[in-house]
Amino acid sequence: MWRGLATYGLVVRMWMRSTMAYRTSFVLTTLGNLAATALDFVTITLMFSHIDALGGFSLPEVALLYGTTSVSFGLADLLAGSLDTLGGRVRDGTFDTLLLRPAPVLAQAAADRFALRRFGRIIQGLAVLGWAVSRVDVRWTVPAAALLALTVLSGAAIFCAVFVAGAAFQFWAGDAAEIQNSVTYGGNTLLQYPPGLFARDLVRGVTFVVPLAFVNWLPVLHVLGRPYPLDLPPWADFLGAPVAVACCLLAGLAWRAGIRSYRSTGS
Amino acid sequence: MPDTYDTHDTRDTHDTRDTHDTRDTHATRGRPAATAAAGAEPMIAVEGVQKVFDVRRRVPGSLRRERHEVRAVDGITFAVPAGEMVGYIGPNGAGKSTTIKMLTGILTPSGGRVRVAGIDPSRDRARLARRIGVVFGQRTTLWWDLPLRDSYELVRRMYRIEQRRYTRNLDACVDLLDLGPLLEVPVRQLSLGQRMRGDIAAALLHDPEVLYLDEPTIGLDVVSKAKVRGFLATVNAERGTTVLLTTHDLTDIETLCSRVMVIDHGRLMYDGGLDGLHAAGESERTLVVDFARELPAVEVPGARWVRSEGPRQWLAFPAGESAAPLVTALAARYPLVDLSVREPAIEEVIARMYGAA
Repeated sequence: MWRGLATYGLVVRMWMRSTMAYRTSFVLTTLGNLAATALDFVTITLMFSHIDALGGFSLPEVALLYGTTSVSFGLADLLAGSLDTLGGRVRDGTFDTLLLRPAPVLAQAAADRFALRRFGRIIQGLAVLGWAVSRVDVRWTVPAAALLALTVLSGAAIFCAVFVAGAAFQFWAGDAAEIQNSVTYGGNTLLQYPPGLFARDLVRGVTFVVPLAFVNWLPVLHVLGRPYPLDLPPWADFLGAPVAVACCLLAGLAWRAGIRSYRSTGS
Repeated sequence: MPDTYDTHDTRDTHDTRDTHDTRDTHATRGRPAATAAAGAEPMIAVEGVQKVFDVRRRVPGSLRRERHEVRAVDGITFAVPAGEMVGYIGPNGAGKSTTIKMLTGILTPSGGRVRVAGIDPSRDRARLARRIGVVFGQRTTLWWDLPLRDSYELVRRMYRIEQRRYTRNLDACVDLLDLGPLLEVPVRQLSLGQRMRGDIAAALLHDPEVLYLDEPTIGLDVVSKAKVRGFLATVNAERGTTVLLTTHDLTDIETLCSRVMVIDHGRLMYDGGLDGLHAAGESERTLVVDFARELPAVEVPGARWVRSEGPRQWLAFPAGESAAPLVTALAARYPLVDLSVREPAIEEVIARMYGAA
């Protein structure tokens, strides 16, 4: 674990310095990213200029969903988002290089092409979350605030696990980045809205198959005092952290199996 | 396809230069892998190793895909004692890179046993990584946008090389490979030859016991090739590093390796001295002679006229023989202007060795 973090830090620093070799490009893409993510929430506020509630949720309530998943996904994307480019390294064989170093491969692969500009999404998510927390009709007791904080962190861990599992799948599929994106980026968009808006089968899928519902839906709905569309025991609202741990373990196993089946390329 | 050529006598005579290394001297006698229990284990021991790939191929004319078994490496056995420098050659797709990848732990063998420095590579890849150095000629491990020195600093931290040892090794590499003026240059601005030298240095900073080089001279000009070869010879002689080197350039083998292994279609076809390889392949070198004027096909003992083009003539002679007596004989009889010797291409040697195959 410690080795992994040290390796991650080393590789991240190398990529940050590589990025700084092209300063102008870095500044421009960072600004562009920030603008794009900012506009993302503007579309939701525009929607609310015509309606008062979405699926029974007010704007601050939707913003609470939006803010929690954005920060979780932003953290995961910053820390492990590069894993969706792993397919390229597997196909062209440059993944070999990572295997030749005496350092944890997952840490190297996660830090690969580390992009500081992804901070933009976290900052924007935190801003929306802060606004939502001050405006929703919730009494922020210590347990409620603690649940929200824990939710954001376990949500990030669940998204990280999805990135790792997706990367592991790319060892077999060669390039499955799009499937992975549908779960990560797609999941993030899904979780920005109340679950009542979606078909029950879809909600079942993200509750029981890819447990994205634990990223924010269940705990945030609990904080807001709203019912979840599926019939779940009340303690399910607090399962975020254990589900995150289980996801990470499963993703770790998938990653190991993936590496074992790595075939490299011809030369 | 004939059986593997067995030429242990030549190998043993060549191996005598390994005696400066006391760890493994008796492993050089006879079949090292089989007698390993009796003495120290060889640095690289490979027994009956196989790598089978499952490949899906489209059936022509339909959308159906068929599974195919490709035996990239099909039962290879060899042993390399510590301190030896071995050339590993064969045509494209013969299984060279696959073997090297199994020796580094990148690929897991489908069958057989591999030990490098006593370690099972695929099981203990990270532990082995500290003891081996790898250079892929077609691929760089250096950081494209950063100065060369930064890549070395990363190696120091990842391999946890003690500062004094790091400085000593880096200084030695910089000195022998002329890297001094390049250390602060971003890697993307280096020429191919400079980058290759940079890559080789990066692979040696942690004092590996074994060095694998996969086509280290590919695409390099004559001067860069000579520099790389000189450096490898020094590393092998002074540090006793065991070196396994794949190449398409026979000169690499001739200047560096006392022993050569030939692989074709995933099988080891030859293991022994280079002269033995030429004898086995009945290969010929070519003497290209420019005479002062156009002459009829010349006749000299020990050579065979191949063709003429104006005053230039091509003469073939056995690769194992020296060109000197031939040149003397020619000079005595004809007016010479210029001459050069062409080495047989490895593909030709192998093709002749296995004629029908």
